[in-house]
Amino acid sequence: MSVWFWILAACAAAYAIKVAGYLVPARVLDHPRMLRVAGTLTIGLLASLTAVNAFASGQQLAFDARVGALVAAGIALACRAPFLVVVIAGAAAAALLRLAGIG
Amino acid sequence: MRLTRSPAFRIGASIAVATGLYGVSFGALAVAAGLSFWQTVALSALMFTGGSQFAFIGVLAGGGAGPAAFGAATLLGIRNVVYGMQMNALIRPAPRLRPLAAHLTIDESAATASGQEDPLERRRGFWTAGIGVFLFWNLFTVLGALLGDALGDPKAWGLDGAAVAAFLGLLWPRLRGRDPVAIAVVCALVTVLAVPFAPPGLPILLAALVAGAWGWFGRGPQDEGMEPDVDPYPGRHAGAPGTTPEPGGGAEGTGASGAGGRGSA
Repeated sequence: MSVWFWILAACAAAYAIKVAGYLVPARVLDHPRMLRVAGTLTIGLLASLTAVNAFASGQQLAFDARVGALVAAGIALACRAPFLVVVIAGAAAAALLRLAGIG
Repeated sequence: MRLTRSPAFRIGASIAVATGLYGVSFGALAVAAGLSFWQTVALSALMFTGGSQFAFIGVLAGGGAGPAAFGAATLLGIRNVVYGMQMNALIRPAPRLRPLAAHLTIDESAATASGQEDPLERRRGFWTAGIGVFLFWNLFTVLGALLGDALGDPKAWGLDGAAVAAFLGLLWPRLRGRDPVAIAVVCALVTVLAVPFAPPGLPILLAALVAGAWGWFGRGPQDEGMEPDVDPYPGRHAGAPGTTPEPGGGAEGTGASGAGGRGSA
């Protein structure tokens, strides 16, 4: 049930953040630093999540089929493929590498 | 004017389909990360902000605990406060509609509305994209969760590779310019270096701390990182459609920037 608790808590927090944008007077939030932090946080977290999912295996670093997925996704993105194609390219690369006995 | 002739309606509808479709990947990955069908469905219906949802399951998939997943998802949702502020100024929803407008405030609805000049079109764009993405996103989450359940061994299907690709795909449109790339590289490095020394989940929060400090003390443009996952206006790449920087290039001290400045314009 603990997972349910954190899911609902995170949903409540996400909604509270959205509502705050409508209710809190703009002059309180509309601050150059606030805007910049919102943006840099987004970039930093997504980069970190990419790295964790590509290289971490529990508390160890691993170099396995997921690195192939990272490269395949990068190539797909460079070719301006839509999001779903990028995701499928990542899955296919990891699955094929495993099928070949790598990672 | 008929609704189908409204440019904002058409853009909102196409963004709804494009964004909704990748709900399939969220649904499948959430189940692969160990969530039940109903937990997956609850995230899409109640959290309804794609990046945070992916962050939540991404932390769990990496072995992180609930509090770390909560932290990553919540921090990634902070940009929605900026969108909320902008939408409040741009579309001015009636007070009784505000709770609903808030729930539908995401990258795509905010970007669709901000890209229009006419107030009516802005409103149409916001509601079309917001309601449309909500419907398609939840529908395709359900399909993805069922698919994930049916697939069996997630690794054999490369679903862990799909998660990597999904995060890179979310990051990619935000990497315009040198500063965002530098933030991304530094945060990825901090994460990788911290992994062997910190319990799962914590390296992500550490990277968030670095990124937050970068924004707080840095002097980069205000709109970096605020690009939508799926751009309703591709080809119009003068930064994010959401937050137009002041002519001074985001110099500090201009005061009325972002929502307030745009709303009264």
